Amino acid sequence: MALLEVRNLKTYFYTLRGVVRAVDGVSFTLEKGETIGIVGESGSGKSTLGFSLLRLVPPPGRITDGSIILDGVDILKLSEERMRKEIRWKRISMVFQSALNALNPVKRIGDQIADAIMAHEDVSKKEALERAAELLKAVGIDPRRISNYPHEFSGGMKQRAVIAMALALEPDVVIADEPTTALDVVVQAQILNLFKKLRNEKKMSIILITHDLSLVAEIADKAAIMYAGRIVEIGPSDRIYTAPAHPYTKGLMASIPRIGGSKELSWIPGSPPDLRSPPPGCRFHPRCPYAMDICRREDPPYFTIDRDQLSACWLHKEGVGKI
Amino acid sequence: MSSKVEDIAGREDVILAGIGVKMYFSLARSIGEILTRKSKVVKAVDGVNIFVEKGKVTCLVGESGCGKTTLGKVIVGLYRPTEGSIYYRPSEDLSKVLMDAGVPYIESKGGPMFDISRIKGRALKMLRREIQIVFQDPYGSLNPRMAIKDILEEPLIIHGYRDEKERLEMVVKALEDVKLTPPEEFLYRYPFQLSGGQRQRVNIARSIILGPRLVVADEPVSMLDVSIRAEILKLMLDLKEQKNLTYVFITHDLAVANIICDYVNVMYLGRVVEHGPTDEILMKPKHPYTQALIAAVPTPDPRGRWKIKEVPIIGEVPSALVIPPGCRFHPRCPYAMDICRREDPPYFEVGYKHYSACWLNKEETGR
Repeated sequence: MALLEVRNLKTYFYTLRGVVRAVDGVSFTLEKGETIGIVGESGSGKSTLGFSLLRLVPPPGRITDGSIILDGVDILKLSEERMRKEIRWKRISMVFQSALNALNPVKRIGDQIADAIMAHEDVSKKEALERAAELLKAVGIDPRRISNYPHEFSGGMKQRAVIAMALALEPDVVIADEPTTALDVVVQAQILNLFKKLRNEKKMSIILITHDLSLVAEIADKAAIMYAGRIVEIGPSDRIYTAPAHPYTKGLMASIPRIGGSKELSWIPGSPPDLRSPPPGCRFHPRCPYAMDICRREDPPYFTIDRDQLSACWLHKEGVGKI
Repeated sequence: MSSKVEDIAGREDVILAGIGVKMYFSLARSIGEILTRKSKVVKAVDGVNIFVEKGKVTCLVGESGCGKTTLGKVIVGLYRPTEGSIYYRPSEDLSKVLMDAGVPYIESKGGPMFDISRIKGRALKMLRREIQIVFQDPYGSLNPRMAIKDILEEPLIIHGYRDEKERLEMVVKALEDVKLTPPEEFLYRYPFQLSGGQRQRVNIARSIILGPRLVVADEPVSMLDVSIRAEILKLMLDLKEQKNLTYVFITHDLAVANIICDYVNVMYLGRVVEHGPTDEILMKPKHPYTQALIAAVPTPDPRGRWKIKEVPIIGEVPSALVIPPGCRFHPRCPYAMDICRREDPPYFEVGYKHYSACWLNKEETGR
């Protein structure tokens, strides 16, 4: 049985100007020690998916359907009290986007990490601070800096501190939402190495949410490509990168600028749809170079391309993998 | 590369040259520091020489804090450098104005080049028509309370276009240039109604509406999704051809530089440590810092996902308050030698138009 199984998850935002279907029927599984990359453009619902897994969707958003099964327990059915005490941070934690703002500027780094520990475990402040110091060490920060304030940290150190906080209770699953967007490439590589180490040594499962496909390739075993609230393609990263099946995935792959690669530019024309009124049929059809009649009418189901590689595109109906 | 003013004289192809540019910022001091006369100075740009060839894209690459944005702002005249000069080859019309205004200049093969680093008043205003900037943040650089038409019209009003109809035509034309079509649909929209990519197009439209010759683009795609970066870069390249522009392109992303730039200047702590043609720099990097930057770029190939990526340099860019002695990169350099701690390396020629400021390059030209 998988450690985490997300089934047909739907998170809608009930705004005054209509219902925004930010996450609209997402399913995937995650094994212990496995890393999945969730890739999508802004507005694809990938961050909302992350918040949904922690049941932290801000109003007017609501999880309306589906299940999130962690070790056999559907956490959507738990009371808020149990969710807070037993699941959130203890089993599933999150590295928030823009770590630079995720820390309280008027509180010492150590105190902030200790707070997270003391909220869940019955330990003294002294013990909690000791553990905080260890955590800082684990993410590569001098433990003596435990009494520093966030402004005394550089961008990369703040990001490490936020990761340390996410690891405070040794969760099974860490969700990292764009953990490196605000960072330089060298620091980004250091942070990725940190995640790799945690995965290799502690068998932690990681959900990496990003718009950057090359980042996912650096670490993920599995990749899920999100478009307009749905996963359009999912599979082992080897397959996704060497033999992408969905036209959207192909477009994304072609748009990655590379060093030493071609200088020809390619991109996906148009922009993602308004999730209040997504296009009928396949949501990608207005931007798809291969759009057919059926794409405008009917939503495609998943077709199996190869073992665990699934793609939701009508092109696969006739011959598997034929594009 | 030597940094003499005389070097410019022979180069017809250079539209702008920075010589010995320094930009220091003084910080607030405590009473104690004032009494002991200690100064606290951030050396954001600390002795940069840069040549910008006409019609080409010259890149400034480096991590945050390396001074690339500050240098960009010095070039467009938003900062007045502490030391050094920015020589610019203006159009003929502007050349006369600058000459009359008594702006210092040097003769060069293709006509006079003026030191624009300290000009003010009318001459500066005239110059602004020719040198423009695109800012990084597509969300913060557009006034949220102004419609797109007003945003694009503002530079026209400032620069004395009195005829309202003519202004509207120019705005429409600029929107068409950046492919925000049909323009009528965008004229009366507000920034919040546009996507990140569309906003950046408005930013670009604003920078070209006065018909500039040189555009400084400060990380124009870093805040956009990967999937739309290519589209914006292509637009910029097309505009460059159509309008005979020259770009100074600031980025931290070498993969982006690979696509758009003809020349790359790698900056570290206020200095250019390596510069040359893009392919030379990316394929045959000579400076350890450039090599590390290239090694750190994520590669879209999942086969290496179990490996810890070797990034040869440690830590982060130190504060520009306390610049290390000798080579300023030596505390992070895996190859640091004795001489590096003592002496600042000069530029060594390591390839065609390719220079690296590293003692390792003194003897050998290929490591």
